[in-house]
Amino acid sequence: MKARQLLLFGGIALALLGMSHGLWYAIFAEHQALDRIGQSLSLSFQAAAHRNTAEAEKALLQYREAKYAYDRMVDVHGHCIGLSMLLIILAIGFDRLAISNRRKLLLAWALLLGTGLFPLGVLMQTWSHAPGPKAVAVLGSALVTAAVAGTAFSFLRRQGA
Amino acid sequence: MLEFSRINHTASPESLSTSIQLDVTGFAPFCARRLLTLAGIGMILAGMVFGNIFAVFVLHQNADRVGTSLAAAAQAAEAGDAAAVASHFKATGEFVENRGTKVDTHVHLIAFGYLALLLALVQPWVKIPEAGKRRLAWLFVFGGTLLPTCVFLIHYVGLAYSPFHAIGWASILADLGGLLVLAATAGYLAGIVRHVGTKQPPLPDKLLVERSTPARWLLAGGLGLILAGFLHGAYYAGVDLYRHEAFEYAFLAQMSAGAAARNPAQINHALADYGQLQGDKAVKIAAHAHAIEFGLLAMLLGFFQPYVQVREPWKRRWTGLLLLGSLLLPVAVQLELKYGILAGGVADLGGMLVIAALLAMWIGILRYTGSIDAMLEGAQR
Repeated sequence: MKARQLLLFGGIALALLGMSHGLWYAIFAEHQALDRIGQSLSLSFQAAAHRNTAEAEKALLQYREAKYAYDRMVDVHGHCIGLSMLLIILAIGFDRLAISNRRKLLLAWALLLGTGLFPLGVLMQTWSHAPGPKAVAVLGSALVTAAVAGTAFSFLRRQGA
Repeated sequence: MLEFSRINHTASPESLSTSIQLDVTGFAPFCARRLLTLAGIGMILAGMVFGNIFAVFVLHQNADRVGTSLAAAAQAAEAGDAAAVASHFKATGEFVENRGTKVDTHVHLIAFGYLALLLALVQPWVKIPEAGKRRLAWLFVFGGTLLPTCVFLIHYVGLAYSPFHAIGWASILADLGGLLVLAATAGYLAGIVRHVGTKQPPLPDKLLVERSTPARWLLAGGLGLILAGFLHGAYYAGVDLYRHEAFEYAFLAQMSAGAAARNPAQINHALADYGQLQGDKAVKIAAHAHAIEFGLLAMLLGFFQPYVQVREPWKRRWTGLLLLGSLLLPVAVQLELKYGILAGGVADLGGMLVIAALLAMWIGILRYTGSIDAMLEGAQR
């Protein structure tokens, strides 16, 4: 498969994945998550009003967990779609890079891998607080950033030539 | 593909003095690419204007209301009034929902606009009959408009006449809009898969071979903005994200503990810190998101330059203004906590520059369609 095809298929597939995730989340989980966030925070302060500090702390911890998961779910949806658009745009402009086809393919794989790993790592953080998911997200974002820097460098070299 | 050089019988005086090659087949009246291009830029413009209005007239006022009702809830807890606490948090939830749905409207309108432009660009690779492409384009535009409109209405419609206890009609219709966009995008992907299966090269496309100066500026500038946005995001995730989350919990815990201990000084201190933290978080996320979004927009517009029918010097001016605004807004937003309203004003100016340049390019594309339509009418006579 050529670099352009790889980016184009990967980009549209990632967009579909991001939209499906967003749709599923909006229908089946978002309202419940927002209710949990609001209720746990309210319960914490109501417990404080009753001078029940243990209950207040417990409710606040529930708020923290619910908010942590909600922020990451929204991030997964937003980043999937944002990164998918970047892949499609780069697919269209990839023939303007002043590098060999082999290097283009390498850059395309790095972009595809990074744009897949980053939202996956963020999603995994909602399942586990261990360092593994964070490492996956960091690896994904480092791959994307390095590949975009490589693309920008190749593009500017072409403009300079 | 029919191409005509130096069309001299179009109505606009500018076209008499510029060399225009009209893409009569690729950008024909009511074709999918024309529909997606014009609707896409229209959606981006609508989303940006909405975002600017929201930022100037709603955002800060809403943040103040959230802060005030949170403070009232903490004070009610200190006074031992649990019923008032629940009532104040209900109000806080409504203010947060109001803000959230407005942000979602802004973000989804713009994102669907970008996706429409991307789908317009990949049309030569979609192996579906033109009528099918057109139907998918209408489906996309309908769904892409339905979702943000209904998301905007969620706060006002609420649960009125809803058969569900948690989801109202506005949410249901917004989800339907998302499903339509998803279906249209999947349809185009199927067309691309079919095209790749035939192993035929796509038809030559003037948008993909554009090498003019404004196009190069937009591509290079856009890529630079995206890279800067990525680096900023990586810095934020590495240095601030987990710290912010820990502080948010700590400040709320201080408020709650202060209320339980009837310590108003502790509550007020925690409230002030919490407000400062929310501001810091908001400006950093906004700077990151806007740098990348404007970068994507600049790159997309770089491809559409052959369709922008304005004089070359004006094309360069609009391109320069778009890039300037795209840089000013995220930088000024980042500086908002330090320089307050001055930086806020510069950020708004940056946003307006982007809107003005985008509107000018949209009008240029409309003029281009006018030239094609006038020429086709002339040929029919």
